[in-house]
Amino acid sequence: MKRRLAAGLAVALSAALALSACSASSDSSAEPKTIKVAYQTTATFNQMQNLMAAAKSQYEKAHPGVTIELVPIQGESADYYTKLALMNQSAATAPDVQYEDTFKIQSDAAAGYLLPLDDKLAGWADYSQFAAGAKSAGLGADGKTYGVSLGTDTRALWYNKDLFAKAGITVPWEPKTWADVLKAASTIKAKLPDVIPFNVYSGKAAGEAASLQGFQMLLYGTKDTLYDTSSKKWVTGSQGFKDSLKFVQDVYQGGLGPTPQQALDPNIFTNVTAEWLPKSQLAIALDGSWQSAAWIPTGTNPWPEWSTVLSQAPMPTQLGDAPGVNSMSGGWTLAVGAKTKAPNLAFDFLTTALNQENSKSYDIGNSQIAVRNDVATDPEYTAANPSFGFFSSLVANTHFRAATEDYAQISNAITVAMEAVMTGQQSVDDAAAAYDQAVVGIVGQDGTQSAN
Amino acid sequence: MRTIPLLPATVLLAVFLLGPILSSFYGSFTDSSLSGSAAAGSKFIGFDNYSALFADPDFPTAVILTLLFVIGSAVIGQNVLGLGLALLMRSSGRLVRSVVGTFVVAAWVLPEIVAAFASYAFYRDTGTANSFLALFGIAGPSWLYVFPMLVVILANTWRGTAFSMLVYSAALADVPDEIQEAAEMDGANGWKRLRLVTLPMIRQSIATNAMITTLQTLSVFTLIFVMTGGGPGVQSTTLPLLAYQEAFKFGQLGFGTAIATIMLLVGAIFSIFYIRALRTDLE
Repeated sequence: MKRRLAAGLAVALSAALALSACSASSDSSAEPKTIKVAYQTTATFNQMQNLMAAAKSQYEKAHPGVTIELVPIQGESADYYTKLALMNQSAATAPDVQYEDTFKIQSDAAAGYLLPLDDKLAGWADYSQFAAGAKSAGLGADGKTYGVSLGTDTRALWYNKDLFAKAGITVPWEPKTWADVLKAASTIKAKLPDVIPFNVYSGKAAGEAASLQGFQMLLYGTKDTLYDTSSKKWVTGSQGFKDSLKFVQDVYQGGLGPTPQQALDPNIFTNVTAEWLPKSQLAIALDGSWQSAAWIPTGTNPWPEWSTVLSQAPMPTQLGDAPGVNSMSGGWTLAVGAKTKAPNLAFDFLTTALNQENSKSYDIGNSQIAVRNDVATDPEYTAANPSFGFFSSLVANTHFRAATEDYAQISNAITVAMEAVMTGQQSVDDAAAAYDQAVVGIVGQDGTQSAN
Repeated sequence: MRTIPLLPATVLLAVFLLGPILSSFYGSFTDSSLSGSAAAGSKFIGFDNYSALFADPDFPTAVILTLLFVIGSAVIGQNVLGLGLALLMRSSGRLVRSVVGTFVVAAWVLPEIVAAFASYAFYRDTGTANSFLALFGIAGPSWLYVFPMLVVILANTWRGTAFSMLVYSAALADVPDEIQEAAEMDGANGWKRLRLVTLPMIRQSIATNAMITTLQTLSVFTLIFVMTGGGPGVQSTTLPLLAYQEAFKFGQLGFGTAIATIMLLVGAIFSIFYIRALRTDLE
């Protein structure tokens, strides 16, 4: 009995070996005519899918024999970064072209996932159309260019004029300090108890959105900063950090925001964009310039009245200090994978996806601030969306993330601190101290400096 | 000569079972990561991951929550409830037995993700539990948020009890009726018969079953991840969730594998404890 079992096992296992040997040999083919393009889709984000589908059909028509294989990755940002990084770890799965967040470029370039594009960009006439800021957003820590910008964004307060009118708050709303923002939220809470007064993304579930749209929109409006760009050190122990956490605590523990369980739902983005704002269930949202992308006719949740119901106000600085307003900017790029076997084909496809026509329709469709001069000045673009003028005006006072190699981890530590104060698990001081400790753990004592 | 045919199998077992364990063990001593320069080439950093882990305030919380989860849902929940059901079903009618058996086993048959989603749908704010309470005019609490550990323990007990029940039903069938009758003749009441006759006779099954359910529960990830995501905060972040968060959400593969290694140790400690219990029984 035992021997028969052993023999059976041996047969089964040698069959498994033979099978795995077969599958390993199928990789080696001649010069590839097929490239893989990886990008993100979510319940409220189909614009990249539209862009890639259009670019694919244009490119395949112009270059017979070439196949563009689209690999949409369904997931909110944190899941998307992880899945993309896992794909990039092996040459067999690594994409040739990928949709890459600007803040991940330095980190992913250091990881060897991205191909430097400088020599190829030199031969692309269109690259002179890109704004200087957009070009620098594609740079790695080594000064080489790894990504070509699709557009940029700014962040501000969206508010519902109808709800404001019902609550008796003067419209247009022009908050001058954080206290003004909280005061308006309190008024809404008192007058309209069924409405969520104010959403600030917070906690680990919202990930980078909590860190950037939420926390850094606050912190960069204080006297302190997250990262000292001249000394290249991360700031610990700053009062601004604590004040920003206090703001988050006031919103959530004070009942001015969504309930913490709503805020910690991984579907918060879809809820805000597709439910709460269109159904007038949320009065104020600290959110991105791209929000209207979902509501325009080509979006995932068309809402024709959005531009009459909603208005925008810049996020004020903490005490109204100059320049009075604060914004944060990010943006996404297309990049070529370092493990690609067809770098020229991949780059050529990238230039098709980012040509004037495609950039314009993407920037309009995704409510992006255009980075190509020939798009920004195109009348079709400027007339396309009534919020473009407002959000473009914020560029003057915007900040960019300290997107060093360590940024992603530090940003995670910020979301941990936010979640600890919003749920009441830690006091502001304890959460700030835990953050300081985490930062030292990530970059070492030498990589930090104490705030003065 | 007779062992030669076994060689390929042994090699494959070593490659596919021992290999990952060793590579994970080695990984826990590196700064391997999903992005950044460490992703291009990880380097050996000794015990840095472990010292960082022991300094991390979330770690002791995760260990305590893991023990709470294992003891609450496996050792007490699944085992005690499974044994109780098996005992009750032994003395119940055929119809009751098959109806109860079907219901209990149904939870066990469900794939983990389905069971997890069903539990989520049951306990969420507007879920079955609160809708049911609302019928009686009771406003139920936000279970997943206010009692995260309690609900995942209940869900895992619900899901896993069938296995224990089946093991104990089989074990109880092996206890000869004559011994029970003899004990009854000697004047032992029901509780005494259970404590002095039945339990000692199925002791080996108890130890085996406790070990299996413990090790299974120790590695439960999907159920908790779907129901609470480890939150709110870290209030239901057991070791598997902490390992996932560090490795795949925060990209620290090396740090994540260090947590996995700790889990291996916790499992080993439980196993040694149960194997000891089994051995004394055999002597």
